[in-house]
Parts: sequence; structure tokens; C-alpha cells
Amino acid sequence: MSLERPDTTDDAAIERTPDELEALLGDLVVKRDDHLNAPGFVIRPDTVQETLSILKEQAGYDHLSVVSAQEYENRYESIYHLKKFDDPTQEVSVVVPADKDDPVSESAEPVFRTADWHEREAYDLIGIEYDDHPDLRRILLPETWQGHPLSMDYDKDRPQIATLPEHANPLQEHYKDSESDTMFLNIGPHHPATHGVLHLKTVLDGEQVVDVEPDIGYLHRCEEQMAQAGTYRHQIMPYPDRWDYISAGLLNEWAYARAAEDLAEIEVPEYAQVIRTMGAEMCRIAAHMLALATFALDVNGDFTATFMYAINDRERVQDLLEDLTGQRLMFNYFRLGGVVWDLPEPREEFFSKTRDFLDQLPESVEEYHNLVTSNEIFQMRTIDTGVLPPDVAKDYGATGPVARGSGVDYDLRRDDPYGYYDELDWDVVTEEGCDNFSRLLVRMREVEESAKIIEQCVDLLEDWPEDERNIQANVPRTLRPDDDAEIYRAVEGAKGELGIYIRSDGTDKPGRFKIRSPCFSNLQTLPEMANGEYIPDVIAALGSLDIVLGEVDR
Amino acid sequence: MSSDQPFITDESQVVTETRDARMTGQGDRFNSRLREAFGSSPFILTKFDKFLNWCRGSSMFMLQFGIACCSIEMMHTYAVKHDLDRFGSGVPRASPRQADVMIVPGTIVSKFAPRMKRVYDQMPEPKFVVGMGSCTISGGPFQEGYNVIKGAEEVIPIDIHVPGCPPRPEALVYGVVKLQERVANGEASPVTVKPYELEEFSDLERDELVDKLADQIDEDELVMRYNFADSP
Repeated sequence: MSLERPDTTDDAAIERTPDELEALLGDLVVKRDDHLNAPGFVIRPDTVQETLSILKEQAGYDHLSVVSAQEYENRYESIYHLKKFDDPTQEVSVVVPADKDDPVSESAEPVFRTADWHEREAYDLIGIEYDDHPDLRRILLPETWQGHPLSMDYDKDRPQIATLPEHANPLQEHYKDSESDTMFLNIGPHHPATHGVLHLKTVLDGEQVVDVEPDIGYLHRCEEQMAQAGTYRHQIMPYPDRWDYISAGLLNEWAYARAAEDLAEIEVPEYAQVIRTMGAEMCRIAAHMLALATFALDVNGDFTATFMYAINDRERVQDLLEDLTGQRLMFNYFRLGGVVWDLPEPREEFFSKTRDFLDQLPESVEEYHNLVTSNEIFQMRTIDTGVLPPDVAKDYGATGPVARGSGVDYDLRRDDPYGYYDELDWDVVTEEGCDNFSRLLVRMREVEESAKIIEQCVDLLEDWPEDERNIQANVPRTLRPDDDAEIYRAVEGAKGELGIYIRSDGTDKPGRFKIRSPCFSNLQTLPEMANGEYIPDVIAALGSLDIVLGEVDR
Repeated sequence: MSSDQPFITDESQVVTETRDARMTGQGDRFNSRLREAFGSSPFILTKFDKFLNWCRGSSMFMLQFGIACCSIEMMHTYAVKHDLDRFGSGVPRASPRQADVMIVPGTIVSKFAPRMKRVYDQMPEPKFVVGMGSCTISGGPFQEGYNVIKGAEEVIPIDIHVPGCPPRPEALVYGVVKLQERVANGEASPVTVKPYELEEFSDLERDELVDKLADQIDEDELVMRYNFADSP
């Protein structure tokens, strides 16, 4: 059956109990601090690399999902959330407290490359310094920012200064390296190919890229602060829509819903789960359609027809979603414990509209294959460019279509099932090509899989007994999870593993709310894919990553 | 028609037919509303400004400028279903040097504000701005954010605000058409006070913050100073 994992005989895949892990780590563990999702081991701040490499090499925890940092009354703390690519239900948290007066902790970058950006973010927003980090500077806020906004003593009202050094003429002498004859080129932050406000600092040698450094933070909208200021029950849910705004709203809402429901132990009725699954997959189709549309435009400006076709299909999905949720883009449809309302009446009309859409979808997909993937120009531009080997992808924590395009068989819908996915018949799509072309193919084939899921959901919903249509569990008016309960939960968003870490502090608002954005990790792989390639290939690689800046910067 | 003179047309024939068509109203080809306004004469008498305003309002080049969520709806507005081009204003230009109108589709944060100001400055006069969505009005849902500019009007002057989070494409179309109307009637471009100017670092008033950053920032570098305490 498609939902079964391929057999793994590797030692690393063996599941170890928390006590076995503790024995494996030995003296490194200072004490236990278990989270709701995983055992947590507190270690000393100077043994981070040692601990993580034991867990990675000997216990097989090869996926550093996220580094979440926070400040307590008496200490700073970084938490490394580890998982296995082979089985993401096996999780472990490594908790690293740091001194309140001098918060220094060892960097995990030599063990997991992905820790680079995550630790820079922790430094930027919280103020923890990481020893041995290759490049510890601000990542989201301007270089000249004063203070660390998510730390406790931050003064929101103090004046700030943002600089703009980009006004200089790029051909001026100081932009040239006199010895090697390279040229510095800014791409963005306002550029049609950067999919929003991303800034690529590129160094060129001739037409080849020597070095590319993504500069992010041009859309850092303080999403974590917003969530920490909102109450669990209603005030947080509108924000996830705006993380990955390419119509992936329901997928994002599910990330928050899943974390908060597990934290507050809310059971979601089965009927609501089916509606959620259906809606989420519609969002996935819409998101992948836009990825296809803009990628085709990035690769060749003459693909405007593809753009129009794909937008047309998106409009159809958005019509369905509007019928379901009442909104075109920012759905705000999920509630903790269910969804806000039932399917639109008359139900038959909605079902037949959905079926019409599903019926014409194979034809459109065929059309895209004719237009794009079997196009010779397109193939020349994308096949064997932007190569991302699977081990590099894993090292950077890449997930979603980017990882699956490199042959990493990792999909949380199957591996860490939620919603109604494990009851349905569908396949996880992987491609072995590791290049721009495979990533696009994965998306296009995933559209077909999503259509399969929607069809099964529609079948289920049509036959659902009238008196069992329960869309909402009983949820207390005010949610106050236990003090100091911590949880990290992830779902498969359109771009990959979208996770939420919540620490409750006994009130009705989260004490710390950390978003693990798939795009943030995926974008980190860009230099690996782009260095040594030609400049148009950088644009193609960026397009194939399908980043959305709202989620990268949050 | 003889082969040695291939492109000779019978002029008297054509002119007569055209003129007849104009006068009698036959032949839809010549019966635009403009034609109607002109009457039978091929000349018009108007103020030059009025004519130019009418030209401006009838053909607006948009800046291809995506910031956040609203830019997705903006793309839909340009694309097949809503097709902003129907109103003579749907050609997105990638370069600010070629654009007349800037739609600001999203949240402006501290790091981006100077860049947006720069792009705005690069557009040739006369230029117009449509603020799309609540974020460009007040910061919208992110108004409380430590990093968020409380409305795009803090940075550049805005002619039309389209509220919504995000506005539907129809709303954006309405906003743009409203702007075209105002431009055509010569009513656009209000002058607004811009609290956050882009200045050179050396021009800034010396205060604690400027002194602190003095050795990090080049004197010639452009900077924007945010007084969050005074923000709306």
C-alpha cells in the first residue's frame, strides 16, 4: 500500500526509548526537561556540538527542524528540535540554557549546516550569542537595529535607523575586486524574479556566479510577536494565513491548529477532519499552480501564456475555496477543535462544482506538460541546473517539494499522519533528478495526488450521515494550557514542513510562539545550488525553490 | 490595379466615404465616443493640460512591485479573469523608470521602507500611488509590530487607498479606475507631509542613537530614521 514506508534496515532507524537515549548521551545530560512531543535533554552550553553529533551519527537524528530560542526570568534557552528524515515521529529536543548576563552558547553549525540561519535569527531576535558560528550577524532586522525585540527588556518605542547602502553605483571601483575581476551585483529587493522582497547579493566572475548570499528581512512582520500577543482561541488563527500567503492559508492554519490542539488536548471530530483535509489540498493545488506559473516566467519571459493558464486554474480553486470559507485568500476557516462552518448549502452544488474542477484538472495538467515540461527550451534551462544532492538537502533541513525533488522520501502527511490522510489512498511523489526540473515535476505530480485526495474526501462527505456532521469539538471559551508545557508540532505545508513551537506560561496567550518556516530552510540551500552556475540559472534555481517571503521572514 | 504602381489608392473615394461615415454615423469603425465628442470636425479645441490629463488617465503603466500578500491578489487583477488591462492600466513594467503608477501591495517594514522610497524616487513625474490593503493604511493586522511602518504614507504620498485584507481584485480595479478618473480630471496627487525622509547619515540631528552608530555608518549613506514613539 502506498502509505507504508519502504523497509529500512539501517541501525539509525531503530527507535530508542528516551532512557536509552539518555544512556547514549551519558554525562552530557544535565537533567531531563521533556516536551509534549519529545523527550528533552538539558545540556551545558559548551557541549552542543558533541551532543548533536552523537545524536546525529549514532542515533540517526539527521533532521534539525528548528532552533527555537527564548528568554526566561533567570536564563536564556535555545532548543534544538531534532527528528529523523526516515521517521519524523521520532523526535528529541536538546535544551541549551545560557547565562542571563552573558548568553553565550556553542553553535551547532558544524554539525547541521541549517543551524547557521536559525542561530542568526535567535541572535537577532532574542540576543543569544553563538560561539564558533561562522557569521553571526543580524538576519531579519537592519544591521543598525538597537536591541533584540523578543527579549524581555526591549523598548518598542525607541527610535531606530535603517540604512540604504545600495544607492552606490555598482560599477564604482570599490564594487570591483581588483585582483580577480569579479563584479558585485544586487538582485532585488525589488525585482520581478525574486518572488517578493528578497535581496540576493551576488558576486559574478564573467557570467558565472562565484557567490550568492540571500539577504532577507524585507518582509519581517513580527509574526511571532503578533502570535504571542494573541489569545489561543481566536486571535492567533488569522495570522497563519499571512505567513505563506500564496493561497496556502488552510495548510498554515492547520499547523497552528495541530500544535494548539495537541497542547490543549482537543479532539477534532472526524467530519471536520475530512473537511480540513479537502480544503487543505485545494490550497495545495492553488499554491503549486502559482509556483508553476511564476517558475515558467522566471525561466523564460515568453511563458506568459503558462502564467495566464495557471492563474486561470487558480481562480477555479479559489472559487471553490471561497464557497467553502467565504474568502478568496485569507480564509480564517479553521478553529481550534474543528472548522468554523459546515459546507456551503446547497451541498450538491458545491460537490458538483468540485467534481467539475477535478474532472477538467487532468486535462489542464496535460496542457502544462505540453506547454512547459516537454518544451525543449524549458528542459535545456532546467535539467541539470540547480543541482541539490540529497545529503546536502538533508543537512540544510530542506523539506517539501525541494527535498522530494532530490529523492528524499519525506512527507509529514504520511510519516506523521494527521487529519484524515492515513485513511485515504494517495502516493508521496519523489523524483531522483535533484535539479530544477525534478522540483517542478514533483509539484505537478503532487497536484494530481491532491486531486485524488479531494475526490475521496468529496465521496466521504457526500455519504456522511446527516446527524453526525459535527464540525466543532467542545472547546472551553478561554484556553489556558498548563504552565510551562512545551510542544513542537509540524504539518506538511505547500512548501514543506511547517512547524510551530509553543510554550505556554499559564495564561491564555502563548509564552513563546516560534514558527518553523519551510521556506526559511529551503532558501538556505540556494548558494549550494547556484555557486558556479550562470546567472540565469540562479534565477531558475530560486524559482524552483518556490519561496514566499512572508514565510521566510515571518 | 497595375503592377508598376502597387500602392495607389483612390483618395477621393476614401476621404468621401470616411467623411460621410462620420457625418451620418454609419460604419461603427469610426464611431468611438471620442468621435462623437469631436462631431464632424477632425479638429478639437481644448486646453492642453486637459488633453494631457486625459491621455495620462487613459494609459497608465503600472510598476511591477510585489511586497506581500496583496501582491498575489494584484497578480490576479492583472491576469485573465479580472484583466485590469481592460481599463487601459494593466501593463506592469519591471523598471520604475518606465512606470506611472505604483501599487503598494503589502506591509512596509523598517528594512524595506528606504528601498521603497528609492524606487518611488526613481519613477518619473508625474507619478501616482495606489495603496493596496490595510497594511498600507495603518500597518493593518501588524500595526503593533516592532518592525512595521504604520502605513505607507509615512514614507511616500498615496493617492488612493484601497482597504481590505487583502482587497478583492474587484476592489483594486475600482481603486485604479478611481485613480484614472481623478488623473483625467486633474485632481490627483495630493501633497502630503512625509515624516520619514530619506536622509544622508551626516544630515541627521546628532542624538544618542546617531552618535552611537557614527563609526558604523558611512557619512554619505542614505538612512531612514524611525520615531516609533510618534507613529500613529
